[in-house]
Amino acid sequence: MNRAAILWRVASVLVAAGFIAAWQLVTNLKLVSPVFLPGPDRAWAALVRGFSSGDLAGKLIGTLEHMTYGWFAASIAGIALGALIGSSKMMRAYVAPSLEFLRPLPVSAIIPVAIAMLGLTQGMALFVIAFGAIWPIMLATIHGFAAVEPRLYEVARSLQMSRTAIIGKIALPSALPDILAGMRLSLTVALILSVVCEILAGLDGLGHWVLLSARAFRSADLFAGVILLGATGYLTSIAMSLVEQRLLAWQTAAR
Amino acid sequence: MSLDRAKPLLLPLALMLAFELWARLTHLQSDSLAPPSAILAALATALADLSIPIATRDTLFAAFAGLSIGSAIGLALGIAFGISRALDRLMEVTVEAIRPIPSIALLPIALIALGFGYRMEIVIVAFACVWPMLIMTRSAVRSIEPRLMEVSRALRLSAPQRIAKIVIPAALPRIFVAFRLSAGIALIVAVTVEIAINPIGLGAGIMLAQQALRADLMLAYLVWIGTIGYALNILLIAAQRHLFGRAALAGDNP
Repeated sequence: MNRAAILWRVASVLVAAGFIAAWQLVTNLKLVSPVFLPGPDRAWAALVRGFSSGDLAGKLIGTLEHMTYGWFAASIAGIALGALIGSSKMMRAYVAPSLEFLRPLPVSAIIPVAIAMLGLTQGMALFVIAFGAIWPIMLATIHGFAAVEPRLYEVARSLQMSRTAIIGKIALPSALPDILAGMRLSLTVALILSVVCEILAGLDGLGHWVLLSARAFRSADLFAGVILLGATGYLTSIAMSLVEQRLLAWQTAAR
Repeated sequence: MSLDRAKPLLLPLALMLAFELWARLTHLQSDSLAPPSAILAALATALADLSIPIATRDTLFAAFAGLSIGSAIGLALGIAFGISRALDRLMEVTVEAIRPIPSIALLPIALIALGFGYRMEIVIVAFACVWPMLIMTRSAVRSIEPRLMEVSRALRLSAPQRIAKIVIPAALPRIFVAFRLSAGIALIVAVTVEIAINPIGLGAGIMLAQQALRADLMLAYLVWIGTIGYALNILLIAAQRHLFGRAALAGDNP
């Protein structure tokens, strides 16, 4: 980063601080009822209070657990199924269109079915999160496998590699950028579905926390929860791009 | 050729047939599953007694109202950020701080501020639609051929004229792609809000069917929601092809 970029960044932070100051001003002048809109000072105090009493940390961990377990399960199953479907022409012809048909389905519509099957349990939440998060990963994997440079397959054939070797040594590495992009998309889906499941099933997590705060009209706690959810979304996405950079370093180096 | 066309249909048909047979043979009694024939019958009844059409109207109304508001805001901000690099840099931290908030987390805030009903759903859908629109419009505006902007300067167009005559037409194909993606998001968010809390529309309908232990009706809603999502997608892709030809698909990421 050169100096100009740093200066812009500082200016940008100042603008954001200005917005927060305006928010504080609005609440101080009571332009909006404090029942709905707490000032940033009260939201911050609620955040600190929640963490020092340990309540909020527990909820945050609950949400992170739902999200990561579901997302990991979806990643493993999605890549495996995607590799299976993407590496065979026959599977692509028979199965892929059905998947494309299911793609625009709003995933949350599966929640009632999952509740009917599994009840209001952790298992239900994990099933829903994994089911929702699997699509972007699986479709990205199929796409990545289909887009592998055909000459690489010819090389593999002339080297008489087995199918598993082709998948492991050629198809997966060259589909990796697609797969990682799919996994990043799924991360957002997993967070949203975790919150929805927690709201519906009353599972321990931030979704449950914000809903309870709203029902009790504790708006400061509510905003603290929403801020934490935003931070979770932001930090997981940053972590994902760091992983992406690291795993794809060989690609940029080759170019 | 006819075999190639039939291939994609084979798997779902076979699955449904197998499921129907299994359900019949075991005399399936379940709160969560129903044979396809019962699902279709429930769908037909719910369509005939207008409960599904009314729910569809509610959901689509909320989704499209939110989509229009959200994409208008996203479009305006996207054009502004795309034209002015300084504005974009100044707003960067603010946008990056608000954008990652999952739209559904706003649900409790909207609930206490606006109560149940269309308004809270529209607000949440609008929030979700702003971001894809903003980001894709911004990059579309930035990638406009610089010579077009030089022409507009040489013609001494005013800023509103420049936006109406040069920027929007040049960026329109990619803006439409953003709109198409936002429409999908709008439907998803609307149904999700209804399932989570809001007692109107298709999402509330499917929750009600589940709580009444009507597995056939619940799955009928599921099939219907899927069909709506698929139809919306097909419709918008067709509109995109019709309006912009293949040009629009270039900016589409897979």
